[in-house]
Amino acid sequence: MPPEPADSAMACDLPAIARRWGNDPANLVQILRNVQESCGVVPSETLDQLARLVGVARVRLEATASFYSFFHADSHGAYEVLFSDNIIDRHAGKAELMQYLCERLWVEPGKVSEDGLVYVDETSDIGLADLAPAMLVNGLAVPSLDKARIDLLAELIRSRKPLAHWPAMLFEVPDNVRRAGPLLGEPFEPGAALASMLSIGAEETLARIEASGLRGRGGAGYPTAAKWASCRKAVGDAHCVVCNADEGEPGTFKDRVLLASHADLVIEGMTVCARVIGARRGLIYLRGEYRNLLPALGRTLERRRAAGLLGTDILGARGFDFDIAIHLGAGAYICGEESALIESLEGKPGKPRNRPPFPDRCGYRGQPTVVNNVETFACAARIAERGAARFAGMGTPQSTGTKLISVSGDCARPGVYEVPFGVTVREVLAECGAKHAHAVQVSGPSGTCVSFQEFERRIAFEDLASAGAFMVFSRERDMFEVARNFTHFFAHESCGFCTPCRVGTSLLRNIMDKLAAGKGSPYDMQEMKRIMCVLRDMAHCGLGHTAANPVVQTMQKFPEAYERRLKKLEFEPAFDLDDALETARLITGRDDEWAHLAAD
Amino acid sequence: MSAGTFTLDGRAIPFEEGQTILDAAAAAGVDIPHLCHLPGLAPHGSCKLCTVSIGGRLGAACTNRAAAGMTVESETAELNAHRLTLVQMLFVEGNHFCPSCEKSGACRLQETARRLGMTTPHFTHFFPARDLDASHPDVVLERNRCILCELCVRASRDVDGKNVFAIGGRGIRARLIVNSASGRLADTALSANDRAVEVCPTGAILRKRVGFAVPIGRRPYDRHDIALSLPTRRGEGAGGG
Ligand SMILES: Cc1cc2nc3c(=O)[nH]c(=O)nc-3n(C[C@H](O)[C@H](O)[C@H](O)COP(=O)(O)O)c2cc1C
Ligand code: SF4
Ligand code: SF4
Ligand code: FES
Repeated sequence: MPPEPADSAMACDLPAIARRWGNDPANLVQILRNVQESCGVVPSETLDQLARLVGVARVRLEATASFYSFFHADSHGAYEVLFSDNIIDRHAGKAELMQYLCERLWVEPGKVSEDGLVYVDETSDIGLADLAPAMLVNGLAVPSLDKARIDLLAELIRSRKPLAHWPAMLFEVPDNVRRAGPLLGEPFEPGAALASMLSIGAEETLARIEASGLRGRGGAGYPTAAKWASCRKAVGDAHCVVCNADEGEPGTFKDRVLLASHADLVIEGMTVCARVIGARRGLIYLRGEYRNLLPALGRTLERRRAAGLLGTDILGARGFDFDIAIHLGAGAYICGEESALIESLEGKPGKPRNRPPFPDRCGYRGQPTVVNNVETFACAARIAERGAARFAGMGTPQSTGTKLISVSGDCARPGVYEVPFGVTVREVLAECGAKHAHAVQVSGPSGTCVSFQEFERRIAFEDLASAGAFMVFSRERDMFEVARNFTHFFAHESCGFCTPCRVGTSLLRNIMDKLAAGKGSPYDMQEMKRIMCVLRDMAHCGLGHTAANPVVQTMQKFPEAYERRLKKLEFEPAFDLDDALETARLITGRDDEWAHLAAD
Repeated sequence: MSAGTFTLDGRAIPFEEGQTILDAAAAAGVDIPHLCHLPGLAPHGSCKLCTVSIGGRLGAACTNRAAAGMTVESETAELNAHRLTLVQMLFVEGNHFCPSCEKSGACRLQETARRLGMTTPHFTHFFPARDLDASHPDVVLERNRCILCELCVRASRDVDGKNVFAIGGRGIRARLIVNSASGRLADTALSANDRAVEVCPTGAILRKRVGFAVPIGRRPYDRHDIALSLPTRRGEGAGGG
C-alpha cells in the first residue's frame, strides 16, 4: 500500500484542525500544515478565521505562513510535483526529466496547468541523493526517476487517478545500507536500553555517555554528555527532549534510514535522555520532505506506548513519564539550526534566536531543552544498552564510535555506510566504487570541498567534521556548476533575518550567474571574496557563516573552472546597457543599428 | 549602580548589571554604529552594524551583555569596512532615492552611510518591486525604503500593544506586512500617535502633512554627526566617530 496519501486527509475544516492542535498558537506550523494538506492551499481568507481560533494577530500568522516553502496561498492544482534540485539530481538528469514531464503534461515549470490539474516545480534537496533524481508528489517522495517512471506518472496524473490508488512501488524507498556496524548491524530489542538504564540509574547512564566520548552527529560535534548534564542541572518545570530530524543538508539521508528502519533505537535514545534530564515531553521535528515516514513513525510510537515504553510509569518505574509528539517541517532548511527549529516548534518563522541563552537552559517554550540529531540519540541508546567501552574503543581519540555516511553521486554503490571515525576519503571512495573521483563534498554545501589531492584526509572532528553527506564528483563534472548550485541553495534558504546573509547570499548567487553567463571578470572574484568575509564575520548563524564556502573553496581548489569563464577584463557591468533599451525599442518600433549600443 | 567596567577601544566604560555593550557605551557617550536598535525596545540583533570584537570573538553589541573586564573593539578599520559593506547591501536591497526622500537629513541609514564613508552603493542594485501604501489617513508606508529592522514591529507589539507590523516571506523576499486582510495600512489599528510611527530609522514610515516642516539643511544630521545626536552626548562637545 502506498503511504497514507495527502489527499485523503481530513476535510478542510478549520475549527477541527485547530482543535486537534489544542487551538494553541505554538502549534501554528502544524495547523497550517494540516490546512495546506487538506485544503490544498493556505488561502489568505482563512488567516482571519485561524487567527481568531488560535488567538493571535493575523499578521503573525501571515508571517509564519509566508516563511515556509510548502505553504502557498495559490492553488497548485490537484497534483503538485516538486523535483529535488540538488546538484546530484542534476547530474542524474533531473533537468531533462523535468522538461520531459512538463512537455507531456503541457505545463510550464512554476505555473499551474491551464486546466488546474498539475503544477511542476523544483525544491531543495529532499534527502534521496542515493536515489536521484527524485521528486515529491503532493508531499510524498518518489525516488529513482527515469523516463519510464515519468511516463507512468504523467499517465496517472492525466487520468486523474487519486494518489491512494497509485502503484505502491512508486513510493518505495530502499534503505541502501551498504555497510552496517554496531549501530545499524546488530539486533535491538525495544526496551533493552531502558531496562539497562533503569538497572544502573540515570546518573550512571550519564556517566556512560560521557565515558563513551559521544559527540553530536548533527555536524558541530558538541559533547552529548555535557549538553545533557547542563540541561539536567538547569532550572525549569517542563524539561524537553527534541529530536532534530530536519536533515536538510543537501546530500544527507542517513537520518531517513534511521527513522525508516531503526526508529525504536532513536526513540529509545530520546527516552533515555528524558530520564537523564527529567523531561516528560519529547518532540520529533521531522522535515516536511519526510512526510512519507510519518505514518510508520506514528505506529512505532503507538506500539511503544502499548508496550509500556512510552507514557506513564515506563517499564514500571514509578514517575518515569515521557511521551513524544511529531511535528513536521514545511520546507525550510534553516529549521535544522536548533534555535530556529525551536522557533518553528513554537509556531513561528524559523529564524535563529540570539544566544546565549542556549536551548539547554532556555529552549522549547522557554524551558530547558536538549536538541540532538537523530543519529546522536541512536548512539546514546546503544551506549546505554551496551556500555561505553566498545563505543569508546572505535574511531579516533576525539571522535569515538562509528559515523553514518550518506554516499551519493558518481559511484557504483550510493547509500549509507557505517564507518569508524578516522576513515580516509580514499577508503570510502574505494568502498563505494568511485573510480574516477575528482572531488568530494563532505558534509554538504556547508561542509568542505575535498579535491583529489586531499583524499588522504580523514572523516573525524580532528580533520573533516561531517554531518554525513559525501557527494562524489568525477573528473567530467564542472565544479563551478557545483558551487553555483550550492549558492542558489543558500540564497533560497537564507531566513532573511540578518543583513549579511539575506543580501549577501543573493549577491553571491547573482555574481555566480553572471559568471555562468560568460560575463564575469576578475573583479567579480574579488567581490565574492569581500562578501565571503562579511558573511563569515557578521552573519547571525551557521547558514550565513558557511554560505560562501562552496565558492571560496572551489575557487581555491579548482581555479580553472572559474578562469575558463572570465572575460579578460578588469570589470564587466552586470547591467547590460543594450538590454535596458529593449523597452524603448519596443515602444518606438525600432530595431535598426542606431537603436542598439555596440557590443564589445 | 555600576557593576564594573569594560574597555571599548581602549576606553573604560562603566555598565549596569544586565546592560548590553551598546547601551552601556551609549550611556557613556560612545556610539557604536547601529540601525536595528533603539533604547526601550527589545534587542534584535539583525542589522549586524553593531558587530564588535569581544575578546577576539565577533558579536552584536546590541545583544551581548557587558561583563567586567571584557575587551571590546569597535572602531577598527576592518569592522568599519565590513559595516560599510552592510550599509551598501541595504542600499542595493531596497530602492533609496535620497534626494527625493522626505527623511533626507534625518535618516539613520543615510547618516550611517555618510559616517562610514560610503560614496557609492557599490553592488548591483536589486531594484525590487515594492509597494507604497498611502491608504492610511495619517501615515504613509513606503516599502521601497524599508530595511527590515523590525523596530516598528517591536514598537507596535510591545509598546502600542497592537501588532500592526510583521516581516513576511523569507530571505531576500522578506517584506514588511501589516495586520489586515486587505493588506492595507488603513485597515489596521495604527494611529498617528503610535510609537511604531516614530521609530523607523529610514523614510519607510512617515507622518502625512508634516513633510518638509524642517527644511533640508536644518535637519538633525545636517547639523550634527549621528554620534553627536545621541541624547547622552548632547552638550559634551566631543568629536564624532
Ligand atoms: C543552517 C543549519 C542547519 C542545520 N541543520 C541540521 C539538521 O538538519 N540536522 C541536525 O541534526 N542538525 C542540524 N544543524 C545543527 C543543529 O543546530 C544542532 O547543532 C544539532 O541539532 C545538535 O545536535 P547534535 O549535538 O546531536 O549534533 C544545523 C545547523 C545549522 C547552522
Ligand atoms: S545567517 Fe542567514 S539564515 Fe542565519 S539568521 Fe542570518 S539570514 Fe537567517
Ligand atoms: S518600516 Fe522602518 S521601522 Fe519598520 S522594519 Fe522597515 S525600516 Fe524598520
Ligand atoms: S543594532 Fe545590533 S544588530 Fe542591529
